[in-house]
Formats: sequence, structure tokens, C-alpha cells
Amino acid sequence: MVVKELLALLKDRTSRMTLIVPPLFQLLIFSYAATFDLNQVNYAVYNQDPGIASRELLGYFKGSPAFKLAATLEHLGQMAPAIDGQKVLMVLHIPQDFTRNMLQGRSGQLQVIIDGRNSNTALVLLGYVNSIVTSFSANWAAEHGWPLPPAELKVRTWFNPNLESRWFIVPGIVGLLTLMVALVVTALSVAREREAGTFDQLLVTPLHPAEILLGKALPGLIIGMAEGSLIVLVAVKVFGVPLLGSLGALYLGMGLFILSAVGLGLMISSMAVTQQQALLGAFLFLVPAVILSGFATPIANMPDLVQHMTLLNPLRYFLIIVRSVFLEGAEISLLLPLYWPMAVIGVVTLAIAGWLFRNRLN
Amino acid sequence: MSRGMPGWRRLRGLIRKEALQIMRDPSSIAIAFVLPAILLFIFGYGVSLDAKNVPIALVVEEPSPATASLTGDFQNSHWFKPRHFSDIPSAQEALRQREVMGILWLRSNFTRELFSGGPAPIGLFLNGVDGNTARIVAGYVQGVWGKWLARYAQDQGRELGLPVDIQQRIWFNPEVRSTNFLVPGLIAVVMTLIGALLTAMVVAREWERGTMEALLVTPVRVREILLGKLIPYFVLGMGGQILSVAMAVWLFEVPLRGSLWVLMGVSALFLVAALGMGLLISTVAHNQFVAGQLAIFTTFLPAFILSGFIFDIGSMPGWVQAITHIIAARYFVEVLQSVFLAGDVWPVIWVNSVALVIMAALFMGLVRLRSRKRLE
Repeated sequence: MVVKELLALLKDRTSRMTLIVPPLFQLLIFSYAATFDLNQVNYAVYNQDPGIASRELLGYFKGSPAFKLAATLEHLGQMAPAIDGQKVLMVLHIPQDFTRNMLQGRSGQLQVIIDGRNSNTALVLLGYVNSIVTSFSANWAAEHGWPLPPAELKVRTWFNPNLESRWFIVPGIVGLLTLMVALVVTALSVAREREAGTFDQLLVTPLHPAEILLGKALPGLIIGMAEGSLIVLVAVKVFGVPLLGSLGALYLGMGLFILSAVGLGLMISSMAVTQQQALLGAFLFLVPAVILSGFATPIANMPDLVQHMTLLNPLRYFLIIVRSVFLEGAEISLLLPLYWPMAVIGVVTLAIAGWLFRNRLN
Repeated sequence: MSRGMPGWRRLRGLIRKEALQIMRDPSSIAIAFVLPAILLFIFGYGVSLDAKNVPIALVVEEPSPATASLTGDFQNSHWFKPRHFSDIPSAQEALRQREVMGILWLRSNFTRELFSGGPAPIGLFLNGVDGNTARIVAGYVQGVWGKWLARYAQDQGRELGLPVDIQQRIWFNPEVRSTNFLVPGLIAVVMTLIGALLTAMVVAREWERGTMEALLVTPVRVREILLGKLIPYFVLGMGGQILSVAMAVWLFEVPLRGSLWVLMGVSALFLVAALGMGLLISTVAHNQFVAGQLAIFTTFLPAFILSGFIFDIGSMPGWVQAITHIIAARYFVEVLQSVFLAGDVWPVIWVNSVALVIMAALFMGLVRLRSRKRLE
């Protein structure tokens, strides 16, 4: 039975290709693409100050790989078109009295105008500007004998000292693609047989429904685990994401996660009458599951009601597990509260799927 | 010209046939109207990059009026939900358990250093696994701390001398509300799904059942069959689009600064491209199983990750930026974000509209090519 299901999946060349090639491509492309870090951001300078302070400050920006000087503005009227037309994301405006003020011990004003159409990019950019200006200020204060500030904030980050978002995103993609593969393999499987009429034949064979269920579930589990392992390998070898925790903790999570994904896929599949409905069902589950998983936007930012909904989402638990195992080196004991919800989801959905097998017959 | 007339009649007939089919199987109508409404509803409320009520641990080793005023500022800020810990090890354990996002540590020498002219050290530890959130939280902490510092200096009669004073101005979205840019982007993601789903399965189903061959042997031309498929779904898709825009404006209160007509025009172009992509998938696949798999892999995640909807395209490596050019959603997202937040910025609108026209033409051309070949 398992062999037959696996063969049915792998026999067709197109279906074989769609199972193996896109996930790998997507892993590579998305891992490079999905980053909140900015680099080579186009900016323009409108400098009215001929003094040394402005020149020194602009030197700091030129030296940073995060920024790329795209234009030098001559008058204020050029600012709006440059930002509106998305030629630059940011304009630095230094007024005439910048150097004069600073030499006389007063603060020089630096105006930063940022395109807020993508407000996250704007915030990240502002953070970069702040840190560049802070280091310039510290330098200037030391060289020109400014009094020290009364207190000083020292920021240290754990687990990901350089705040590389790739370290956060790539383990996330492991969860995303594994879910997709497991769901795609299972969601259409029962619906296809039902549409073709072969499912009824299967039901009248002496096979127990539990055996049919197992036969349908195992291929998804096997293919999901195989692709998941491959993706983890690529994450470590190609992207250099540190894998601090144990493989045991990771695989226990992956196994339970795929179990729940397969259960959901089979449940959707056995509820649907046609393949179109099954596909629609898979989409209806997949899209919210990805967006509300904490993959790109934190669950903590969601309204309480939506946060409660995410408790039903197996991807939510698995993402925390993958990231903790990769970056924090978390052990099984610390992750226990995340393992059992996935197991529950898997068992419940599989039971429903098995029940639907029989009761959909009439 | 005389050949044009019966062509029109045939086309009308095909459209009627397709429309009847849509009416009979309500799943298409569900895809076009119910799906965008549900998706936008969940995402509009669920997707946010604005951290609020961030749980943060405060460790004050030696309380004094100075530390009380600083922790009071954190207590009063709506960004933070502070929890007091008596010592660093217990706070670190909470950080490890993900109960708090960061630790603010005021050491026992804080007050003494502060009075002797400083700088008094304040330690901030953050969980950096989610680098983006960590950066945002660090920014919030710096904001609260900076305000406290300025007030403290003022109370002491000192001027807080920083050489450079940054005056930030964020255009188009001054309150930096992430819903304002996420919801227009989500419309593009949702419409990509709808467009591909509407057509991908339908045509594959006809191939699978053999009714496509039956259609092809009739005198109806390939072009007419395609148009006959396209037009009804286009109408459905535009309905979904109007619904999405209405939800964005009235439910999520995203300002619409550009004109509605520009928005609808570009949406129409995008929809043709998205439907064309769905048609292409179904023509290539020829069975619903493969068409379904292809539709899942090629639409949702690329539109989510490569469209610039959430991740900045300009910061991706060059070869990935090149790939984003074949994602129709990319052009649509740019126009949506501009028209909603900035207004009718013609340079942006023109470039992206031309790109969408090219994509739509490309998909349709490929579909025609593939369909004709199959006839032999």
C-alpha cells in the first residue's frame, strides 16, 4: 500500500519534478531574498553647510556599505520628486549653520527625510542613521572636549549578535517548505482517487480503514522528512546558519510537525469531493498558516483573538523549535511545551480523516 | 470585417457558457469574493510589525530615586510591559524561556556613577533570534532612555550636549503604522492567489475531462476560447479587487491618496497578468493534480517573499533582484503602495504599468502557443 502510494507520486515525471525542484529553488532564492537587513540604500544629500563637520559626517555615510549616494541636491525643490519617484529612499539635509553651531558647543541639526511607504524599511533605515550619527557624535565630542553624558546605554544581543535576519529567516524557511511539501503530497491524494472512483474500490478491499490511512500518511511523512533533512543540510552548509542544538531535538520536532501537516492534508482531502475543492482547502489552510505563523511578523504583535487562533497552527510551534534548536541550542526538555500540541493536532486530524474515509461513502 | 461578426457571436456564446458554469459551481464565486474577504480580514489584523507591550525584564540592583524615575518611564510607556526581577540570573532564565524579550540592567554602581558625573552604565540584553524585532525594541528602549536622559540633565541644570541633533521626518506614513503599507501589499498577494486559482484549475479540468479537445475541434478559434475563459474570470476578479480596496479603506483605514481610477486601471492590468499565469499553469500541466501543485508553489510564496511587499527588493542580491522582475506582483505592490500612501506618482505608475502589460502579453502569448501545439 505504502509502496503503491509512493509509486503513484513518483511515477509521473511532472509530479516528481514539482515535488523536488521547486522547494530547492525556493529555498535558495528565498533565503537570499527574505531579509530585513538593508544594504546599498540609495540616498541623496542636500548640504548647505560648507564646513568641516558636515563633510566629516557625510564621510561616515559614504564609508558605510548600507548606503549608496545616488544624488546631490542643489535646492529644496528637488527633494520631493527624488523621493516620490523612488529614486532615493532618504534625503539628508544639513543646514547652513551646522558646523558653526557645533564649533560653538551647540547641537547641529541634521534633518533626515525618509520614504515611509514601507514603514519597516523606514524604521530600520532610521536605526542605521542613528548608529552612524552616534558614532560620529561620540568621535566629535571626544575630539572637541564636550562633556560626557551622565549615563550610557550598552546594548548586547544574545544568540544572534549581529542581528542578521538571515539567521532568523532561513530556519523559518525550513518550516515553510516542509509544510508545503507535506501538504501538497497529501491534500490532493484522496480527492484524486475519489474523483477517479478508485477510492471506493480501495474501501471494499479487506484493508482496514486504519491501514488505508497509514498508507496515505506514510508517503507524505517519508517525503516530508527527506526534503526537510535536505533543506536543513542546505541551511547549515550553504547559508552557514549555526546549528547549536541537537539533531534529536530538531528531528523530534520535524517528525511531529510533518505528522500534523499530513493529518491536516488528509483531513482536507477526505472532506473534499473534487480536486478543486481539495486544492482550495489546502490553500485556505496554507496561506493563513504561513502568514500567521510568526515567520515574518511576530505573533506577539497580533491582536489577542488572532494570537489564540495561532494556537491551532502547527507551523507556529515548529518555527519556534527550529529557531531555538538552531540559534539557542535548546534541548528537548525546554521545548516540551511545543512538542505536544503538534502531536495532538496530528492525532486529531488523522482520526477525523480516517472517520471521513468511511462515512463519506454514503 | 464580415468574419468579425460571427467571431463575436461565438465569443459571446463561450462567455455565456463559462458564466453558466461559474454559476453552477459556486466554488469560483467563493474564490473571488469570500477568499479575499477572509484573507484580508485575518491578515489585516494579524500582520503587524509594530511591537507593543513588549515584555521586558527590569533588574535594579540598588534602588534609588534616579532608578525609580527611569523604570517609571518604562512602566508608563505603552511599548513595554515591564516585569521586575531581583537579580540577573533569574532574568536571564526568563529570557531563555522566551518570557521576556530583553533585560534592562541597572547595576549597583549606577546611582553613584550618575552623581559623580558618569557615564553611568546601563546594560540592555536582547534576544536577537528575531533580529528585526530586536532592532525595533532596541530603538524603543533608546527612545525611552533618551527622553529620560534629557529630562534628568535638565533637572540637574545641565544642558544635554549632543553634537548632532537628528530631526527625523518620515513621509507618507508619519506615525509609522505598518498596517498602512502591509494592507496594500496584501491586496497584491491575495489577488495573485485569486487570479491563479480561478483559472489554473478550471482549464486543467477541461483538459483532464477531454472537453478541451472537444472545444478545439469546433470551428471556434484558440483566441476565442482563451478570451471566453478570460473575460468571465476577469469580471469576477475585479469584483474581488473592489471588495479588497473597500476593506482597506474603510476597515483598515489606510489612506487612499491617489485616484481610484488609476488604482483600478492598474489592478485590471495586473489581473490579466495573474489570470494569464493561471491559464499558463493549467495549459502546461494538463491535469488538476499537477496544476494544483504548480499553482501552490509558483504563486503564493513568490508573491509573499519576492514582491517587495514585506522584504525590501533593493537590499536583495543582484541575481535575486533580477528574478523578482518576473513576479507580476512586484510591479503591482509598488503601484499599490504609492497610490495608497503617496498619491498618483506618474513615473512609478508608468514604469510598472508597462511592465505589467508586457507580462500579461507574454503569458497570453505563451498560452496561445502551447494550446495550438496541442491541437496536432
